[in-house]
Formats: sequence, C-alpha cells, structure tokens
Amino acid sequence: MVARANASHIGGALSMADIIAVLYAEVLHVRAEEPVWPVRDRFLLSKGHSCTALYAALALCRFFPIDELETYAQDGSRLMAHISHKIPGVEFSTGSLGHGLPFGCGKALAAKRSGAAWRTFVMLSDGELDEGSNWEAILFAPQHRLDNLIAIVDYNKIQSLGSVAEVMELDPLADKFRAFRWSVREVDGHDHAAIREALSSVPWEVGRPSVLIAHTIKGKGVDFMENNLQWHYSSPKGEQLSSALLQLGGDS
Amino acid sequence: MRTAFINELTVQARTHPEIFLVVGDLGFSVIEPFAREFPGRFLNAGVAEQNMTGVAAGLASEGYHVFTYSIANFPTLRCLEQIRNDVCYHRLPVTVVAVGGGLAYGNLGYSHHAVQDLAIMRTLPNITVLAPGDPGETKECVSWLADHPGPSYLRIGKAGEKKLHDVKGIANGPLLVRGTYSDRVALVSTGGILDETLVAADILARGGKSVAVYSLPWLKPLSEAHLGVLKNHECIVAVEEHVVEGGLAAALRENLPQSLPVHSISVGDAASALVGSQTFLRNAAGVSSSHIATTCLALLS
Repeated sequence: MVARANASHIGGALSMADIIAVLYAEVLHVRAEEPVWPVRDRFLLSKGHSCTALYAALALCRFFPIDELETYAQDGSRLMAHISHKIPGVEFSTGSLGHGLPFGCGKALAAKRSGAAWRTFVMLSDGELDEGSNWEAILFAPQHRLDNLIAIVDYNKIQSLGSVAEVMELDPLADKFRAFRWSVREVDGHDHAAIREALSSVPWEVGRPSVLIAHTIKGKGVDFMENNLQWHYSSPKGEQLSSALLQLGGDS
Repeated sequence: MRTAFINELTVQARTHPEIFLVVGDLGFSVIEPFAREFPGRFLNAGVAEQNMTGVAAGLASEGYHVFTYSIANFPTLRCLEQIRNDVCYHRLPVTVVAVGGGLAYGNLGYSHHAVQDLAIMRTLPNITVLAPGDPGETKECVSWLADHPGPSYLRIGKAGEKKLHDVKGIANGPLLVRGTYSDRVALVSTGGILDETLVAADILARGGKSVAVYSLPWLKPLSEAHLGVLKNHECIVAVEEHVVEGGLAAALRENLPQSLPVHSISVGDAASALVGSQTFLRNAAGVSSSHIATTCLALLS
C-alpha cells in the first residue's frame, strides 16, 4: 500500500501493528457486518498518519473488500493517507495530532451519562503527546471518572525530526500519567499475550481511565527500518520492498 | 442577550432531550438555570477550550446536540481546528456560542474583542453562522438551532441589551426593522450593533431623511435569493462590529449583484490598542451611530 502510493509513515504503522492486531482479533467488540452496531466498542486512531495498519486490519476483518487496499492514497480513493471516517469501521478522522483523546473523552462521557457499557479506546503516538490538547484531556478524564476510556501510547521513541529524547523528552511518562490520576500499565508492544492480558482486563482501577504505555519499535519487523527515523518518511522501493514484504511474511 | 440565550436554551431542553450545554469555566450568574434543571446534560469543561470542543464533538457523535459556551474568542479561535476538523468535517451537531461578540467586553481589552470571528467561522464547511441583534432575535436563533442540530456558530452580545423589535423567525432573509422597501438606502446590520444602527436612522429621521434598516442575524448559508429583498434599494450600507475582511459586507458582496453597491461600516485596526466602554470603542473604531448617519447622508445627497 505504502510503496504503491509512494507514501510516508510506514515506520509508525509497523510499530503499532501488533497492538492493532490484538485489538481487532481479541479485544474490541465490533461487528464488520454492522459497523455502527450501537453497543460496539469505539476505537479512535489519533495518530491518523499510521492508518495503513488500521485499514489492513479492517479489511482483514471484512469491514470493506480487501482488494480496496490497493487503492490506498491513489487518485479518487476513499482510503486517504490519514485515517478517514468515510471508511466502514472508522469512527473518526484525524491527521492533525492531539484530536483523538478529547474526542474520546466526549464519547466516554456520553457512555457514562447514558449508562452504556461500551468502551472507548484511543491510540496515541508518543510525538503527539507534545500537543497541549492531549494534556487537557489527560486532566479531564480522571476528573470525570472515565474508567471506560483506555488510551494506548505507541511509544516507539522516535518522532518526526528526531528521537523523543532529543525533541521533547516524555520520560518519566508513566509517572506523568500517574500524577494526572490515571491507572497505568507498561507492556512490550509486540508481545501479543501481554497486550491481550492488559487490554482484556480494563478498567484496572474503578473510576480511573487506563493508559497502556506500549514500548514499541518503529519499523518493527523489517530489519533495515527498525529504529530508523528515515522510515517516518520514506517509501520502500525495489529490493527494499521485496525484502520488507518477505520479512513481514507477505507476498513479495 | 446571554440571559435570552440561556432562558430559551432551558425552554428548548425540556422538549429536546438531546440538548447538552458545555461551558469553558465561564458563565457565572448566567448558566445556572440550565445547570440546575439539567445536571445530567451540563458540563463545565474547565479552562481548556481545545478539549472542550473535542469533548463536545465526541458527545455529539453519540447523539447529543451540544452547545459550547464561552467568552469572545475563547470558544472559536482558541479551538478553531477542533471546530473545523472534529465538528464541521464530521457534520456533528455542535453549536459554538460566543458571548460578547464585537466590542461588548470593551474595557477588558483586545483579548476580549471578538472582531474576526464572523469571517473565520464563515469559511468553515457545513456550518450555520448566526449573529442576532437583540434578545428577541437571540431567542429565535436558539429556537431555530434546537430544531436544526448541526455545526453552527451563534455570536451573541453580553447583558442588558434592549429589545429592539418584534421578530418571528430568522431564517428567511433580512428582517426589516425600520423604514420601507422603497427607501433608496438600506442599512443592513448584523449582531449587537443593531442598536447603533437604529440610533443612526433616528438621527437621519430628525433631519427629514428616511432609510430602511434591516437586521440580518443569518450570515451563512447565504444566497442571492435569500437576500432578494435588498434588491429593492439603490445602495446598501453594511454595519458590523467586525473587521471589514470577511464579515457582513463581504458576505453581501459575495451574494448580491455587482450592480448593487455595498458600503461598509466596520471596525478598523485603530481600536485595538484602546480600552473603553463599548460605546467609546465603537466611536473610536468608526462604527458609532454618528459615523453610520454621516455615511448615509453622503449617499443620500
């Protein structure tokens, strides 16, 4: 998808791909045949630039035909290169960072006010935690006891122009969330069993929103992409593409 | 106008169970009637307008019609991208309410002067933009909005404005408040400066000159058909407590035939550094009743 469109952001898609896989296979209560099933769990991709991983998961779950993935970011396609709510199974369009968590707070509050049991999951990038709007929402959620809200941080430690440590250090990130009254767990973001265990047992504390800090590797699964800033932007070509697909177990 | 707003919203909420009010830690001694009657549909989101608007959009995505309420530029410019992306792009029923439109919070300083809001909000997709001229128009706007949930912006004045005319309905074109359809010059006013515009008409009347005065609380969507009544006149004077760029005058020019001249009474940059009452600042900005009357006299002579 990314190579065909000569698109960016493969690194951040691969870093969260394992979490997306566990969410859609084993955690989220959603129905492909009824995308707006009223009691479904709501999943919001706040790091909308990593949409290829979510589009692929939704297609594999039969929310839309898998062949449509071929049109990603091509002229006239509805699969735009930041996540689009025009796609069945997608709740919310993003692309500008710092929008998903406030919107998710609104959804979680709506569920609380109406007594609904569904949960709201929001996937955040580490770089987007630079956005002040996220910290407004991080203050808001525990104030309103939104224990039906689960944030997941794809903590791959690399943002657009450098490492998180160089640009705007987040550590100690778990302590920051704890200080803001969240229930915090940390996990290896590529360990399916650990992700499943954590996300299947929310809320971890009654009355508190949950945040899963997932330690991930940008470009996970392709040796020349892993932990390499270049793959925030570059699109694999030729032998790189073949090698990447081979390593990921796809058809080269 | 803020009292007219909250009273009508409270009335509408009794028959519209989807109405929800979110405030940005502002509205002391104003919003309490709603909060008391509908605690389950009220929220103080704190001093955090980006989150407030995102939360409002999230609530709206689950079936509520959310009104966000704050002062001047806080519910608009501070969270413009949330209005653009979360609300308008997703076509969600969120009504952004700004109290203190124009120079109503005059002596609080430039931070509180909302004089670019109409232009900016008018450029957003799928949005309805309303700026009532008195408490009666405010009531009518809230009533219309309650029946038509969607992305919308309501710019109201502050407190103590007088009722200026009887109004029923705000969606069907300019409202004739004074004069006749056959007057050569028509003053068209939007928002709270309607009072100043009517004083200008009084000044002209004392000199034996008659002009038509319209209030136009409905700023978007507009069409030539919507403004058809204005084509009865030889020229239009647009009066707004707003900069010349992108506001009422621009909206009229975009939607009326080029053969119908539209003159502009609008706020310049000069007022920005001054502090004073709304009346003082209107005078300093060139939008007082005497400025309006002088412009009309020149056009009538």
